[in-house]
Amino acid sequence: MTYFLQQLINGLQLGFVYALIALGYTMVYGIVRLINFAHGDVFMVGAYLGFFALASWRLPLPVAIIIAMVGCAALGVFIERVAYKPLRRAPRISSLITAIGVSLFLEYFTSLKFVFGPYFRAYPRPFAIRTYNLNGVTVSNIQIIVFGVAILLMVALTLFVNRTKTGMAMRAVSFDRDAAALMGINVDNIISVTFGIGAALAGAGGVLYGIAYPQINPFMGIMPGLKAFVAAVLGGIGIIPGAMLGAVIMGIVEKLTEVYISSTLRDAAAFAILIFVLLVRPTGIMGKREQEKV
Amino acid sequence: MAAGNKLRVDIGTVALLIVLGLFAVLGFLIVSGVINPYVHTILCYAGIVVISALGLNLIYGYTGQFSLGHAAFYGIGGYTAALVTRSIAAQGWWVLPLGLLAGALTAGAIALLIGLPILRLKSDYLGIATLGFGMIINVLFKNSDKLIKAMGGAAGMRGIERLTTFPWVFIFCLGAVIVLRNLVFSGVGRALISIREDELAAEAVGVNATSYKTLGFVIGCMFAGVAGGLYAHLYTYLNPDNFDFLKSIDVLLIVVIGGLGSISGTIIAGAGWAFLLEGLRVILPSAVQEWRMVVYPLVLIVIMLFRSNGIMGGSEFNFLKPQEYRRR
Repeated sequence: MTYFLQQLINGLQLGFVYALIALGYTMVYGIVRLINFAHGDVFMVGAYLGFFALASWRLPLPVAIIIAMVGCAALGVFIERVAYKPLRRAPRISSLITAIGVSLFLEYFTSLKFVFGPYFRAYPRPFAIRTYNLNGVTVSNIQIIVFGVAILLMVALTLFVNRTKTGMAMRAVSFDRDAAALMGINVDNIISVTFGIGAALAGAGGVLYGIAYPQINPFMGIMPGLKAFVAAVLGGIGIIPGAMLGAVIMGIVEKLTEVYISSTLRDAAAFAILIFVLLVRPTGIMGKREQEKV
Repeated sequence: MAAGNKLRVDIGTVALLIVLGLFAVLGFLIVSGVINPYVHTILCYAGIVVISALGLNLIYGYTGQFSLGHAAFYGIGGYTAALVTRSIAAQGWWVLPLGLLAGALTAGAIALLIGLPILRLKSDYLGIATLGFGMIINVLFKNSDKLIKAMGGAAGMRGIERLTTFPWVFIFCLGAVIVLRNLVFSGVGRALISIREDELAAEAVGVNATSYKTLGFVIGCMFAGVAGGLYAHLYTYLNPDNFDFLKSIDVLLIVVIGGLGSISGTIIAGAGWAFLLEGLRVILPSAVQEWRMVVYPLVLIVIMLFRSNGIMGGSEFNFLKPQEYRRR
C-alpha cells in the first residue's frame, strides 16, 4: 500500500508537468482550433533557458523559471505572428502543417552546434535533494517544488481566465470569434495573449521537468508534448480544468503501468486509455457534446 | 475516337506510353550501370513513398478522414511481408508479390478491425485516436521479439532478402496510381468525396457513410501495406523507429503539400520529397549536412504560407482525368 501511494505521488509529479504543457495546447485549441505541434518544442526551449539561467548565470530557481516563462512567451507570440496568423483564413490543415514545420525547425535549429548542440546535457540542481518520510512514503523537496509551482500557476491561470477582463475576452473569442470581434474585442491581440500564456506555462514546465528528470536534449519535447496533448484531448480539449485532470490521469497511469506491468508498455497504456475514452465519450471526459448540424 | 475526319489521340494513352518509355530508359540506365546503386535505391524509395502517400490521400484527401497513424500500417505491411518471404525457402519471381499480398491483406484486415470502431470519431479526435493507435503498434513492434523471435523487437529485424528492384516498384506504383484514379472517378469515389464534403448531407442522400469510410480507410491502409513490404525488401532491415509517429507526419506532409485530393500533387510531392531529403544526404558536403533538416521545415512553412492548398490545390493533370472531366 505504501508502495502504491509512493508511485501515485511519482505519477502525480509527472502529471503536473504534463498539465503545464497540456494547458497551452488546450487554450490554443480552444481559441483557434489548431493542434499546435510546436508547443512541445517551446517546452524544450523553456528547459534550455532554465538550464542556462541555472548553470551559466547561476541564478536562483524562481528567477530561472521566470526567465524561461518570459522567453517562451515571446517565442510563442513570435511563432503565432509569423507562422499561424497569415493562415487564419486558409484551410485548417495548412496551419497544422506550418505547426509541424515550426516544430521541426526548433528541433533541428537548436541541435546545431552553435545553438544548444545535439547532445544530452545534465540539468543542474540548485540545491541538494532532501527527502521527507511520511509514514513510509517519501516525498522529495523537488516533488514539493514541482507540485507547488504547478498548482500556483494553475490557480493563477484559472483566476486570470475567470476574473480578469482579458480572461473574459479570451473566453468570448473561444466561444464565438466573430461575435467577440463585433463586441469590440481585438481578436488578434487576444489570440497572441493566449499563445503567450500557453508558451509561458510550457516554459515553466520545461524548467520543472529539467530539475525533476535531469537530462535534456533538443528532442526532449516530442514525447512529453504528444502526451500532454493527448492528456488535453482526454480531459476534453478547449476546457482548462479538463486538461489538468487529463494530465494527472496520464501521469499516474503511465507511472503505475511502468512499475506494475512493464516499463516498455508505458507509452502504450496511456494511448490505450485515450482510445477507450474517446470511444465512450468522443469529446473527452469533461467535454461538451456538440449537436451535429448540416 | 475519330471526330470529323481527324484522328484524335487520347491524352491518357499518350501519357501512359511516355511513362512506359521513361521506365524503359531508366531501366536501361540501371542495367548498364549509368545510374549507381545508391541512386537506384533512392529511385525505388521515391516510388514507395508515393504508394504510401497515395493511400493516405485516399483516406484523408478524398474521404476526409484525418489519420495520424499511417506509418503503423506501413510497418504492419513491412513486417508481415518480411516474415512471409523469409519463411519461403523456394526462389522465384513470385516470392516478393506473395509477401506484398500478405502485407497488404494484413494491413487491410487490421485497418478494418480498428477502423470500424474509431472511424465514428470526427476530424481532430479521429487524428488523435489514430495517433494513439500508431503509438500502440510501435510499442508492440518494440516488444515483438517476445512473441516472434524473428521480428527482433527494439533491435530491429535483420536478414531480409533484397528483392525490391526498380521494375517491381514501378509496376506497383503505376498500379497504385491506376487503381486510385479509377476509384476516385467512379461512383464509389463520388461517395467518398461526398463524405469529405459533408457527412450528414451524404447520408441524407443515401450514402452509407460508415461502410464507405471504412472502405476508403481499408484500401488506403492496404496501399501503405504494399509500400511497407517494398520498403522492407529494399533496405533489408526493419526497425520500429522507421514506423513511428514522425513517419506518419512525413506522409501527411507529402499529401498536404501535394494538395489534398490530387493524385498528381501526391506524385510530385512524394517523389520530390524523397529525392530532396534523401538525395541531399549524399550531394551535400558533410559540413552543411546538419542544415538539411533546418532548411526543410522552412521550405514547408513557406510553401504553406504561399500555397496553402498545396502544390496542385486539389486539381489533376489532364491526362489523369477521365474524358468527360478534361479541360479542353
